[in-house]
Amino acid sequence: MTLSSPIDIVIHGRRSRAGRRRMVIVLLLGLIVALVAMTLMLGQNYTAPGDVLRVLLGQDVTGAAFAVGQLRLPRAVLSLLAGLSFGMGGAAFQIMLRNPLASPDIIGINLGASAAAVFAIVILQLNGPAVSIFAVTAELGVALAIYALSFRNGVAGTRLILVGIGVAAMLESFIAYTLSRAPAWNLQEAMRWLSGSVNGAQIGQAVPVLLALAVFGGLLLSRARDLDTLKLGDDTAAALGTNIALTRVIVMVAAVGIIAVATAVTGPISFVAFLSGSIAARMLGGNGSLLIPSALVGAVLVLLGDYVGQFLLPGRYPVGVVTGALGAPYLIYLIIRLNRSGGSL
Amino acid sequence: MIASGITTSGRAIPSYRANGIKVLWLFAMVAGLGLLLTLSVAVGTRYVGWADIMAALGGKVDSIDQAAVAVRIPRTLLAGLAGASLGLAGAIMQGVTRNPLADPGILGVNLGASLAVVIGVAWFNIASADAYIWTAVLGAGVSAVFVYTIGSLGRGGATPLKLALAGVATSVAFSSMVLAVVLPRADIAGGIRSWQVGGVGGVTFSAIAHALPFLVAGFALCLISARKLNSLALGDELAAGLGERVAVARAVAAFGAILLCGATTAICGPIGFVGLVVPHICRLLVGVDHRWLLPFSALAGACLLLAADIVGRIIARPNELEVGIVTAFVGAPFFIWIVRRQRVRDL
Repeated sequence: MTLSSPIDIVIHGRRSRAGRRRMVIVLLLGLIVALVAMTLMLGQNYTAPGDVLRVLLGQDVTGAAFAVGQLRLPRAVLSLLAGLSFGMGGAAFQIMLRNPLASPDIIGINLGASAAAVFAIVILQLNGPAVSIFAVTAELGVALAIYALSFRNGVAGTRLILVGIGVAAMLESFIAYTLSRAPAWNLQEAMRWLSGSVNGAQIGQAVPVLLALAVFGGLLLSRARDLDTLKLGDDTAAALGTNIALTRVIVMVAAVGIIAVATAVTGPISFVAFLSGSIAARMLGGNGSLLIPSALVGAVLVLLGDYVGQFLLPGRYPVGVVTGALGAPYLIYLIIRLNRSGGSL
Repeated sequence: MIASGITTSGRAIPSYRANGIKVLWLFAMVAGLGLLLTLSVAVGTRYVGWADIMAALGGKVDSIDQAAVAVRIPRTLLAGLAGASLGLAGAIMQGVTRNPLADPGILGVNLGASLAVVIGVAWFNIASADAYIWTAVLGAGVSAVFVYTIGSLGRGGATPLKLALAGVATSVAFSSMVLAVVLPRADIAGGIRSWQVGGVGGVTFSAIAHALPFLVAGFALCLISARKLNSLALGDELAAGLGERVAVARAVAAFGAILLCGATTAICGPIGFVGLVVPHICRLLVGVDHRWLLPFSALAGACLLLAADIVGRIIARPNELEVGIVTAFVGAPFFIWIVRRQRVRDL
């Protein structure tokens, strides 16, 4: 009996990595199911699981039909979908630009959709799918503008992030300006566009988000392999046969699309896109594509953040405030760690 | 006196300007300030005739027109003072950190002051104007130290990128916390926007009077640091070699800037980018000698904020635009321009 051959080592390594990946995904799915169930069952008062199921099947249950069917279900569905969208889109950006700080909520791309949605709703008085289309177009425009503005003998990641910060400041004041012209200055609405919220969710709003998730999410997943090779650097990726320019364009459009549609409905839920990729990477330890695990982490974050904001804190907060308070210290920690290690920053 | 100062540090730094040109710019700037002060009193959401303006300046408030002008007077004063403070504070911060992107807004100082005031109002029942300002100055100081510490960790010290990122992260964290504190309290939630976007409207003389001692102290500390900042610009080792106590010089200047930012934010709310744009423009006009740069930054800051306030009043008639929104629109492209100009290695 000799030592196992190199091939055996590779096979063993592959199996154990696949096993860890499977375990993480199952764990996250379990968490999501539990959180959705919790959102449906617990509110101002408790609803028994049996009653929840009957409402979901369309029966009329006295005392529960409205609370579960009209209030909690749309909220749970929208949280889930928005979380999936932000998580996947954010991870795609971070992988493509090879920098955890290059997530769309930090470099201001998210705010593009937010600003467009506010403009469409307040000034143009649009609603429904028109707002989504407007948001996607504007967000794509903002993403391209940031990319173009940071282009000087190639795009440097650091310049991109700094330009993004500048653009974000402008978009923020544009949102503030537009909101100040809204007929009634409504705090609830303002919160949605400043930090993201799923308050007052309606089930109809979930349709565009679901569609975008199917189309753009599918597009991203179809490019998952090419995206992974981009992690190794442009030269290596090209040598491995990846069409870099095409991959960049597709990933950019898909990630922007997926995030823009969700933002048009819930507002820019702070830091979910930024946190999801980093947390998923930590959980997986670098095994395989990050897209699906990040999406799941995003869903967990939004569901959990919404629940915490509604019931566990004194006073009721929109989900964006909770994720913002959670994400900002992590961002600071990440910067401290990068600075200490003297990394690429 | 001036000549000897230039010979000690002048050779190392080019782009000193001839005194004649600087004096010329000084006159132009003062004239501009005078013009803007006049315009700020005369122009507004409401059209008012010259007769009423003169009457209001004389203290009469007999008609609506005269009352409108009477409201514009403290506002003009505040815009001038706040602009001067922010411009000067920006110049100091860029000098102290030797970082072209340093600005009270970008470094999170303004939001630190906002957060401190909000916490004070919500939990400690502060109500007096003086308490407001003390709290704001405290918040500004804590967040400035915090951001600078994070930004200067690791190799290379406080590079523009690290400092800007630390500032942005801190600002976002603070603005989440402001929301978290404010939202459940209906009594202060109504003014939520005033903690996010700075404005100079609706101010009274008494509020300005309370802030005045802080502003005066801040101006004094900043202006006496000019010569020391010139030495610091040569690098820490050389400055120490010239007999400067580097840490003390930094601390005094930074404290002055924090006093200015804190007091300004306590009255106006966070106003970004004035401190970024103004020193850069002034450096183009009068060069890098801080003894000229600092007073010039104060003057130009006052001009910029007055102009922004006037534009904000005209552009959105019959409503008006907070001055913080206008400065962000002017300042953010400028920020991007500076970022583009830098070499990647220096970021």
